Amino acid sequence: MGTPVTSGIVRRTPSIRVGLFLLLALGAAALFLPHFLPDPRAQPDLVSGVLLPPGWSHPLGTDHLSRDVLARLVYGGRVSLAIALGAAVLAVTLGAGVGLVAGYAGGRTDAALMRVVDAALAVPRLILLLLVVALLERIPLWGLILAIGATGWLGTSRLVRAETMRLRTLEFVRAARALGASHARILLRHLAPNVAGPLVVATTLAVGDVMLLEAGLSYLGLGVQAPTPSWGSMIFDAKPYLVTAPWVAVAPGTAILLGVFAVNLVGESLNRRFGGRWT
Amino acid sequence: MNRWLFRRAASAVGTFLLACTLLFFLMRLTPGDPLLRLSEDRPMTPEALANLRAHYGLDQPVMTQFVVFLGGVLRGDLGASIEHGGRPVVSLLRERLPASLLLGATTLLFNFMLGIAIGSWQARHIGRRLERWVDLAGLATASAPSFWVAIVLAWAFGTELHWLPVAFMHDPLLSTDAGRLAHLLDDLDHLVLPAATLAIVTVGVTARYQRAAMLDALRMDAIRTARAKGLPESRVRWRHAWPNTLGPMLALFGLWLPIVVSGSVFVESVYSWPGLGTLAAEALASRDYPVLMGTAVLIAATVVAANFFADLAHRWIDPRLRNS
Repeated sequence: MGTPVTSGIVRRTPSIRVGLFLLLALGAAALFLPHFLPDPRAQPDLVSGVLLPPGWSHPLGTDHLSRDVLARLVYGGRVSLAIALGAAVLAVTLGAGVGLVAGYAGGRTDAALMRVVDAALAVPRLILLLLVVALLERIPLWGLILAIGATGWLGTSRLVRAETMRLRTLEFVRAARALGASHARILLRHLAPNVAGPLVVATTLAVGDVMLLEAGLSYLGLGVQAPTPSWGSMIFDAKPYLVTAPWVAVAPGTAILLGVFAVNLVGESLNRRFGGRWT
Repeated sequence: MNRWLFRRAASAVGTFLLACTLLFFLMRLTPGDPLLRLSEDRPMTPEALANLRAHYGLDQPVMTQFVVFLGGVLRGDLGASIEHGGRPVVSLLRERLPASLLLGATTLLFNFMLGIAIGSWQARHIGRRLERWVDLAGLATASAPSFWVAIVLAWAFGTELHWLPVAFMHDPLLSTDAGRLAHLLDDLDHLVLPAATLAIVTVGVTARYQRAAMLDALRMDAIRTARAKGLPESRVRWRHAWPNTLGPMLALFGLWLPIVVSGSVFVESVYSWPGLGTLAAEALASRDYPVLMGTAVLIAATVVAANFFADLAHRWIDPRLRNS
């Protein structure tokens, strides 16, 4: 957000301000609040302290193991946000790489890469993830980031390819080649910076997608593994107590909704500001 | 036209086969062994495990397995499930398909009708206060996890209000001789909540696409001409601008199917709707790999076919494509 253009956009667009504010609030809560809250793993009273409704000592109540819901929510936010950021950056980087190469090389390389992308897009990302994650027992956090990131680059690659094909024919690329620049240099120094705009939008929207996917996988018991809380796995844990203690599920659900809403707000507003070409 | 149709169909078949290839190698390249996972759940002697391995052809070289798999896909044979008493995967899929089709078709119908109506309305009243709120609401519903919306709706309309059933597709207490109409109404009753959930989490995106497509269409020179001719604004919008949004919306239809399928995995399992999503979730829980693969192959075929028909329809409604 450093350049004058983007900071101007932030000032002029109220929905971006709201989205960024929400994101900063969630991020700050995930970073700093754990120091002021009880240990999210602590099970202080398994007899009379389970499924307590929200009150003074537990602002959001307790879960079925008498753990503080707010503490788990905040700690789970760290996990969910870290996965979302890591996987989104990985996915967009992969997509940018494939898209730049396909768009710049053209010809057979491009045709082959895009055939694979078309075919892979025929299977929904969630189903691909289910197939991969189901094989791995107790998937570690980095494995989850890797799996979600590696299945999310298809859309971005198409976007970057189209943008690269447009840029490839412009004078500055031909000038660079006339000056003897290598293909690698043209790709990295001349083309990559020019697709930065769509990549910012793509990354922002990808963060929202990943948050929903992670929540979904954890809800099916395949994502983040107990006892580590994440927003999705908290809903998974709360499933049997939906009727007796709905607050245990409502809190993480609201957190997911707010987080995804915030990134989508930022991404969609940026997208519209740039002319709506990049989704 | 015929040559175009032939080439488009050939490309669709090619895409589907490539998707099956990717699925196969994805499964083989992922570390982890479905049978080892299976043997952790129930004690098995090494001989039994080797027998099982031979039964599923897992002792063959990978390329042989691949040829067998692809040949099976072409013949409509997706192997036998591990659970379900070793029944053929295809017959399981056939059993679950109608429920998923009913849910999916209902969702898509409402999604597109509502989304197109809302998006067109937004384009008409762009920038107004109410339009901005509708826009935000669309973004918010698209940001909600589908399983959570399902849980909340089931709690509100089922547990609290007792208005609607929250599980399965038929009322188990409804007598078998209650008559066709009673059974149909019963099914529709059970359909309301799952379909509403899926429609809620997807309609915002359709509306946003329609809004963007309509705004694009209104920027065309032809619209300026139509206005210059003195046509009433409503005619300019609905007869001149609106048909131009059909193309982008058809493209969206092809993109939509994977999203509806993914959403239905969660929504179906929350509501115990007896469709493919629940089948996949069950197969996941019992590590029934052939069923999971079969579901993925069926979904890939559906998505490729949907894209094909969307292209076909686009050509049919857009004379510019037909004559080029």
